[in-house]
Amino acid sequence: MNTRLSAQTKFRVLAALAILPLTMLLCCKHSALPNAALKATAQGTALVESSGGHQVGATGTTLTDPLVVQVNDDQGTAVPGALVEFHGPSGVSFDPAAVLTDSSGQATTAVTLGTIAGRYQLSAMTPGKGKSVTLDTLEIALGYEQRVGSILADKYCSRCHDPESSPVRVSNYDNLEVKPHAFSEGNTLNKISDADLTSIILHGGPALNRSALMPPYGNTLSAPDIKAIIAYIRALSDPPYQPPGTVYARQ
Amino acid sequence: MQPIRKYLSSVWQALFGDPVRAFGVVSLILLLALAIAPAKEHFSQWHSYQRKYLGLIRDRGDAISLRRRFEPGIHQIWLPELGVVDRCTTCHLGLKEASLSDVTQQPFRKHPVVPHSLDAFGCVICHGGQGQATTVVEAHHSERAGEEPILPTRYIESGCGQCHQNSLPGTPQLNLGRTMLSRYGCVHCHAVTRPDGSKVAATDHPPSLVHIADKTTREWLFSWLKDPQAYAASTTMPNFKLSDADASDISAYLVNSSSPKAGDTAADAKPAANADPAAGPSLYGESFCASCHSVQNAAGNLVGGDLGPELTRIGNKAKPEWLAAWLQNPRVYDSTTPMPHYRFAPQQIATLVAFLQTKSDSDYGSGVHLDAATPQQIAHGRKLIVELGCAACHEINGVQKPENFAPDLSAIGSKPLAQIVFLPGMEHSLPTYIAAKIRQPRAFGSSVKMPQFTLSAAQTDALTTALLALTARGRSMPDNLRVAAVPETNYQPAGPAGKLITELACFSCHRFNGRGGEMAPDLSWEGSSVQRQWLTNFLHNPNTLRPSLIRRMPRFNLSDSDNKELTDYILTVYQSPAIDADLVPAATNSADVVEHGRQLFYSKYACQSCHIIDTKTDKGYIGPTLTQVGSRLTAGWLYAWLKNPQALRPSTTEPNQNLSDEDAHALTAFLMSLKGSGGQGAKR
Ligand code: HEC
Repeated sequence: MNTRLSAQTKFRVLAALAILPLTMLLCCKHSALPNAALKATAQGTALVESSGGHQVGATGTTLTDPLVVQVNDDQGTAVPGALVEFHGPSGVSFDPAAVLTDSSGQATTAVTLGTIAGRYQLSAMTPGKGKSVTLDTLEIALGYEQRVGSILADKYCSRCHDPESSPVRVSNYDNLEVKPHAFSEGNTLNKISDADLTSIILHGGPALNRSALMPPYGNTLSAPDIKAIIAYIRALSDPPYQPPGTVYARQ
Repeated sequence: MQPIRKYLSSVWQALFGDPVRAFGVVSLILLLALAIAPAKEHFSQWHSYQRKYLGLIRDRGDAISLRRRFEPGIHQIWLPELGVVDRCTTCHLGLKEASLSDVTQQPFRKHPVVPHSLDAFGCVICHGGQGQATTVVEAHHSERAGEEPILPTRYIESGCGQCHQNSLPGTPQLNLGRTMLSRYGCVHCHAVTRPDGSKVAATDHPPSLVHIADKTTREWLFSWLKDPQAYAASTTMPNFKLSDADASDISAYLVNSSSPKAGDTAADAKPAANADPAAGPSLYGESFCASCHSVQNAAGNLVGGDLGPELTRIGNKAKPEWLAAWLQNPRVYDSTTPMPHYRFAPQQIATLVAFLQTKSDSDYGSGVHLDAATPQQIAHGRKLIVELGCAACHEINGVQKPENFAPDLSAIGSKPLAQIVFLPGMEHSLPTYIAAKIRQPRAFGSSVKMPQFTLSAAQTDALTTALLALTARGRSMPDNLRVAAVPETNYQPAGPAGKLITELACFSCHRFNGRGGEMAPDLSWEGSSVQRQWLTNFLHNPNTLRPSLIRRMPRFNLSDSDNKELTDYILTVYQSPAIDADLVPAATNSADVVEHGRQLFYSKYACQSCHIIDTKTDKGYIGPTLTQVGSRLTAGWLYAWLKNPQALRPSTTEPNQNLSDEDAHALTAFLMSLKGSGGQGAKR
């Protein structure tokens, strides 16, 4: 075992030394590839998001809807044939990472989230006249617990808390005399502590002197269920939620 | 030669010439030899990670307690029952440290919250990879025989599926993949046996082709075989990429071998000349065909359920005389169809046939002209049917259902990489291979018989996840570590009512005693729940309780005697032992109790946030409307429901409010006072 290992290590060092220049060459070729293959026939001066931003998905998975951005010119008219490159933090991947806009001026890419739960700041870039134009957008990756929370919230809470209706779910929001907050409303929800959130979910609105239209879930959902829902609420929050507590770094 | 020898002997002299010196030298060599092991450890990869970890925690507020929990050296989680020997925690040092939740640098991240503890399950059970390895490359990326690289996060739910054969609330992707194995009929060709020995069964109900010529034409069959999705985008029938000649020969064999059956076709009664042109769409709507069948709308979106076939172009496919017979009684053509036997009047059938005939696309199959087939072509069609395994799914005259037509997939999740022929340029990993094979089977060679399925990226990921869950470890682990799937029962109601329940295909949507669909409520205890008069009326004319639902209970046009048969059966057989049928006799409820219940309803429990009692003031839209609940439900059921809704329907979203007996009693009395007609009971 030992001898095999050390022989291997030696071999690896040598191989690494030999491979280094090779990979550098290959890498350069790779990064040059997409742009070389994609000959932009036009340039725009503005980028707008058409759809696919602010999605929520599980870590490591491809988001349900593609990210679509549109390249416009000064007049706000769509520009076909312009090059758009997509960038994101490490772990995020785009398919394709660079693309020419289609006949309606739109560039479409499938986004695969990284493996760490959290918010992913993505950007689209198009080389404009003179300088390049960028557009930032955001996607949210949920870890296991947060996703369990999202499934529970979809089942038990969204009918009241999400004002939007969908074909399969008619929102009950408009029917409520006292309006609840959407779970992404960080300005309000970030100010409520985990303990208070827990008690309003456990015991209903009256627990915090609020309306009984918010029902109690303490006998329906388990403690881990409620913890998961809170983790989900925190993950969605806009502006982002900053957990209180010790500042760990000393300096 | 001479000088070298001289030199060597002088060196020997210098080192070992004198015994004391010789002893010193020997000890030195020994010392160096002994130092090799610690030095190797010192320079090993894991040791450098441990040093980095110590550097990382040094500046943190809780450095002292982190430091105290840190153990130097190689860590190991050993679980003989699961075959786990995991040393991952040697480098992944922060997995259990709650205070490191802000650290994103690997390998020191805190593990995200999951339902199982690290010590009880180890790492490789979920993540794959080589648990015993102590270098990154060997642990994560090994491709050696019998080893597997780490599993990409997108398939992580496959880990859960090794033990959990049942469907879990937290694994939507795995659940979807498993459903698809049945729904897309994969298991018709590929056997999949669960570790407990039960077989995964198909749920796609591919039609029998024994009487196919009664139903459609050879031209339609040809176009369908060439590209099923061109006829119906949502169909699960895969594309076999047939040449024109092959599709023509297969269609010739199918039509030629088809045997006519009495009752399969009926005279196409034309709707009366003065029929209302809107009658078709409105009868289609009233019969709630859309609960199960979808149709593409002008925007290209499918609207409707997926229990039955899409009907966008049904006029191109079905012969009107077959359609008429089918609508009269679908069980004549297919005795196991999930479609209910509506009791349509001849005029209604004519109206529906005429309406469905309009659902056609004049471009579809317009260029198809087939010459009469020669006996050779028909024989060739049969040969193709045998080769392609059509009979694995469809019953076909003159062709036996093949056994084990395609490889068994019961342990596909542990297929050794050495047994896989990868495509050039493809990453050497099992998930990549499985996903590629599902996405484009024929890319693996022109002799591959597996057809092309039309799947979204998410569906491919889900199927891959479900297949990766079928591991050797899942099969070999002790039974007590496994959570069994809940199998469908083979419950069958008895007598004339049982026959009616089968004819009306109640099982397609409702569950009874562990068997049936999930589209509509479980009816195992319906007899304890509803009142006779209401049930009779409802079966005659099912007006929905939830106006927001798209899928609804259809009207079957039952005769009075059939209705009574069903009502009697439901009320006597589907009883829950937990419900006290004599509870809260309505007469003992004083007006005071009812009034108290009313106040509880509106103020203490604010039930109006989900339910409507008075259509003028209440707007709640989540639960069923309760304007006439006192004429619908029994008091015993209401009381038991209010005390604990999940005990009666585990998946209901109505929260259990932990009511006192007194409050539950008052609310029951109040609800029982709501007898209908615009919510009079709610009014003061
Ligand atoms: C029947 C409708 C309804 C349902 C279902 C519902 N809520 Fe509420 N919720 C409300 C209403 C109304 C309020 C506002 C109460 C107030 O401000 O007086 C509220 C308030 C809250 C609040 C306090 C913050 C805010 O929005 O004002 C939290 C947290 C909350 N709900 C969580 C949940 C969770 C978690 C679930 C699912 C388990 C859920 N709710 C289900 C109606 C509902």
